[in-house]
Amino acid sequence: MSVAFLTELPLQLDALVAEVAAPECGGIATFLGLVRNHQEGRAVERLEYSAYHPMAEGECATIVAEAMAQWPVRVAVRHRVGTLLIGDAAVAVAAASAHRAAAFEACRYLIEELKRRVPIWKKEFFLDGSVDWVEPR
Amino acid sequence: MPDTPSLTVLLFARYAELFGAAELRLALPQPATVAGVVEALRILPGGAALPLNPLVAVNARQARSDQPVSAGDELALLPPMAGG
Repeated sequence: MSVAFLTELPLQLDALVAEVAAPECGGIATFLGLVRNHQEGRAVERLEYSAYHPMAEGECATIVAEAMAQWPVRVAVRHRVGTLLIGDAAVAVAAASAHRAAAFEACRYLIEELKRRVPIWKKEFFLDGSVDWVEPR
Repeated sequence: MPDTPSLTVLLFARYAELFGAAELRLALPQPATVAGVVEALRILPGGAALPLNPLVAVNARQARSDQPVSAGDELALLPPMAGG
């Protein structure tokens, strides 16, 4: 049974760490992506995340399967949707392995592929009242 | 009388704002392909601002522009992804 990738609830990195920890694992690499207070010199007030849920869940499962095929790792990935404030965690990744190299590499792979391939969008609300969709360039 | 063959188009983020809707029902276009659906959307109010080749998913799987579509399919127009 896998846990849903998308959630409206605050992310708990320690819950992901507990999920991937195992007696045979000597290290866990984690990544926590936060809402920061500036974007290209403008002061950010909050972000609103939305997603195409069924595709996002499927694409995340595919990326997880790819990571587990490339490295001997146990992994967990969550992404939050809804309104997030400065400092809130938007995405959390944990990868556990017998040795640190595989854990670091799998963790990096998961966050990079997730940002590139999973249908999630964010709208930035700036302190000056302006609003923008974030689009990678 | 049978219903006109149609499909569902889901719109997200900036694209939902262009059309002022998160979901549209469209008559199955000719040609019945992803590109045909994009062309049909482009002539709707707001549709002119769509990119020429937007990312599209058919039934929650990313699709090529020449992929055939059928009545009852769920298409999704996906703006550039921005998770994380």
